[in-house]
Amino acid sequence: MAVSVQEADFDAGAEIAALSAGRPEVGAVASFVGLVRDVGHGAQVTAMTLEHYPGMTEQSLAGIVAEAERRWRLHGVRVIHRYGRLLPCDRIVFVGVASAHRGDAFAACEFIMDYLKTRAPFWKREETPDGAHWVDAREADDEAAARWDESWEAVDPRR
Amino acid sequence: MKELNILYFASLREAVGRPGERLPLPEGVTTLGALREHLAARGEGWSALGAGRNVRAAVNQRMAGFDAPLAEGDEVAFFPPVTGG
Repeated sequence: MAVSVQEADFDAGAEIAALSAGRPEVGAVASFVGLVRDVGHGAQVTAMTLEHYPGMTEQSLAGIVAEAERRWRLHGVRVIHRYGRLLPCDRIVFVGVASAHRGDAFAACEFIMDYLKTRAPFWKREETPDGAHWVDAREADDEAAARWDESWEAVDPRR
Repeated sequence: MKELNILYFASLREAVGRPGERLPLPEGVTTLGALREHLAARGEGWSALGAGRNVRAAVNQRMAGFDAPLAEGDEVAFFPPVTGG
């Protein structure tokens, strides 16, 4: 399965290996791992809880993977996103993309992360010594996703 | 008549004090934006859904603009801008 939304940790090395195992047509695997940091907006972060919208999350990630497969020549894609309470240094998200050459793999991997950050229904709540708060969306993430815009999804969620 | 299944997530869930509710499609409400106004008019925590607040929404698990039409039985979700990854 290309997409997993799970509480459990993942083994990035095993996921990367699986993307090319027994597939001699794969010449490149690009991957990204997102981690919990111990700094938020100027405050120390002691833990983070990720909430999501079961059902829509899986659909949304599958849609992003399908769009990446439409735009680039890919031999395999794997997306894993965790939810629940995580600690600094914990892994949050894995994106792995296999293709014949590095160009498609790098581009598709970055595209999937940029779209995931602005379209997949996850919300982060940080715990700090001063209490817990919901993380605000960053404009920089919208700008990163907008770089890839062509005509995909005519619906502007900000209307 | 099939009710709407309305869900609230993250800071919006906390503001309105519930994860969701079932509601008959209110009279005169035909769009997502009209439902949002109808709910915001409940006052207090519901003002988090009010005009000018940074709210996103989905209909039947797809991101939707506030001009999206609503029908009986739809699953509607309101939430703040997403922050995954």
